[in-house]
Amino acid sequence: MSVDSDKDLESQIAEWRAYVRRRRELHSTDAEELEDHLRGRIADLTAAGLHPDEAFLIAVKRMGSLDEVSREFAREHSGRLWKQLVLTGDDGGATTRNRHDLLVMIVCAAAAALAIKIPALFGLDFDDDSVFFMRNMSLFALAPLAAYFAWRRRLQPMVTGLLALLFAVGVVGANAYPLAADSHTLVLTTIHLPIALWLVVGVAYAAGQWRSEQRRMDFIRFTGEWFIYFVLLALGGGVLTGIIAGTFNAIGLNPETFISEWLLPCGAMAAVVVAAWLVEAKQSVVENMAPVLTRVFTPLFTATLLTLLGAFIVAGNGIDADRDVLILFDVLLVVVLGLLLYSISARDAANPPGLFDKLQLALVVSALAIDVLVLVAITGRITEFGFTANKTAALGENLVLLANLGWSAWLFLGFIRGRRPFTVLERWQTRYLVVYAAWAAVVVLVFPPLFAYA
Amino acid sequence: MHITKDLVAASATPLVLGILAEGQSYGYAILKQVNELSGGHLEWTDGLLYPLLHRLERLGHVESTWDSPPGGRRRKYYRITDQGLAELAEQRRQWAAVVDALRGVWTAGPVLRPITPQWGVA
Repeated sequence: MSVDSDKDLESQIAEWRAYVRRRRELHSTDAEELEDHLRGRIADLTAAGLHPDEAFLIAVKRMGSLDEVSREFAREHSGRLWKQLVLTGDDGGATTRNRHDLLVMIVCAAAAALAIKIPALFGLDFDDDSVFFMRNMSLFALAPLAAYFAWRRRLQPMVTGLLALLFAVGVVGANAYPLAADSHTLVLTTIHLPIALWLVVGVAYAAGQWRSEQRRMDFIRFTGEWFIYFVLLALGGGVLTGIIAGTFNAIGLNPETFISEWLLPCGAMAAVVVAAWLVEAKQSVVENMAPVLTRVFTPLFTATLLTLLGAFIVAGNGIDADRDVLILFDVLLVVVLGLLLYSISARDAANPPGLFDKLQLALVVSALAIDVLVLVAITGRITEFGFTANKTAALGENLVLLANLGWSAWLFLGFIRGRRPFTVLERWQTRYLVVYAAWAAVVVLVFPPLFAYA
Repeated sequence: MHITKDLVAASATPLVLGILAEGQSYGYAILKQVNELSGGHLEWTDGLLYPLLHRLERLGHVESTWDSPPGGRRRKYYRITDQGLAELAEQRRQWAAVVDALRGVWTAGPVLRPITPQWGVA
């Protein structure tokens, strides 16, 4: 009898466990913790004289509805469900909402695609007026994207107004200064305006809660996923373009103008919005893609950086202060930062430090060493040739990266040695976003007049 | 006596931190202790304790370890950190201020007569 009821109890608990495991909000360790709790209560109740099956029922009841428990877990670990932004609470009418979403996405994507063709109405041409397009490209793409999020998150008028204001500042920063086609400041604006505006989009993404660290982390995750989708769309677009070119040529029509004037620019602009929509709508499909990529590339990049440092030591003559080479190093550092950010955002903060974290630390430290080498080279160039817009921008960028990498390395070390929780690293990275935004804004708004539009 | 949801929520953190300040513990034991300390009046839903513990862990107030005794089930233990102790001290100060204010209100006015204890002999 008692053997039977024990077996019964075990099968009941197994069923309960299977039920719990179906909830994506609850990880297996959570389920294990809850099961331990359940067994504790059952043991107490049976000791008080209840039958196992009665005890099981009462224990489950006392646990509270799993919906409620899951919701609390989701609220606490928003990282697990970041894409649903649990707290916007659109549970009801999911399908009509999805359809609305699709419609609004198409409108915004179309707006982005058309925006880039509107200047043509005023006689501006891609090839002849490339300066205009270089300055405004990011506005064409990112303003509709911000609008999409403004709708999706039902932003308050205050926040919408703030976003409009920031984009207006972007328009001014892009167009107010007399920048020549061959000026360095034009190139700097073209690079930095998208960064600044992307972080403005982040305000819309976070539904105006841009002070919240968790929302910022969500935005970092979103950025990584968005990038992957964008690259996928670009690859698909490339295949489409190739097919169009080949087939139309085969029947004696020349589609080149259509491709270069319509398909490529409009497609690229629309893809910015479509990729964002895909991240929100189809998240679960590639949810684990970016963490996998960081896992693969972190060791590879660490090896590359260490080899590079070794080569420096062997060659013994520092970085040859060639401009293009310096830019390449900066790109390398930004990629490292991306890997770091992404692995932080994908990591469960509750896990203890492991081998991969040590690898990350090695990556950060070697990047730090390279950053120092680059800084030495840049300072050398500045003392030799004086401050120019490009060199000052490079100097600033490397200092911004140095501060981030340096403190990250320190926090990582503390975490690996068990002195600090992982969350301090998350907090540091999410807070640092403001520095990027500020720096990009300074380059766009202050640099052109500061360097006489050179 | 039923204690309202707001009060239960407000007192949850200091209670858990206070219990952990006496030594490491695990979910079910913490819950039982809350029940005993409040004479059964504070009724938490079992499942909701865990998100709270995880939140405290994320904030760095507590840390957790899995203990797996040979042949037994794994169990997750929580321990208070130095930061958690500081937080507990801060919460105690806040609660003391609230309790003082309430006491002042309840003894000052003639409108409110002292509560007769339920088990009183009056």
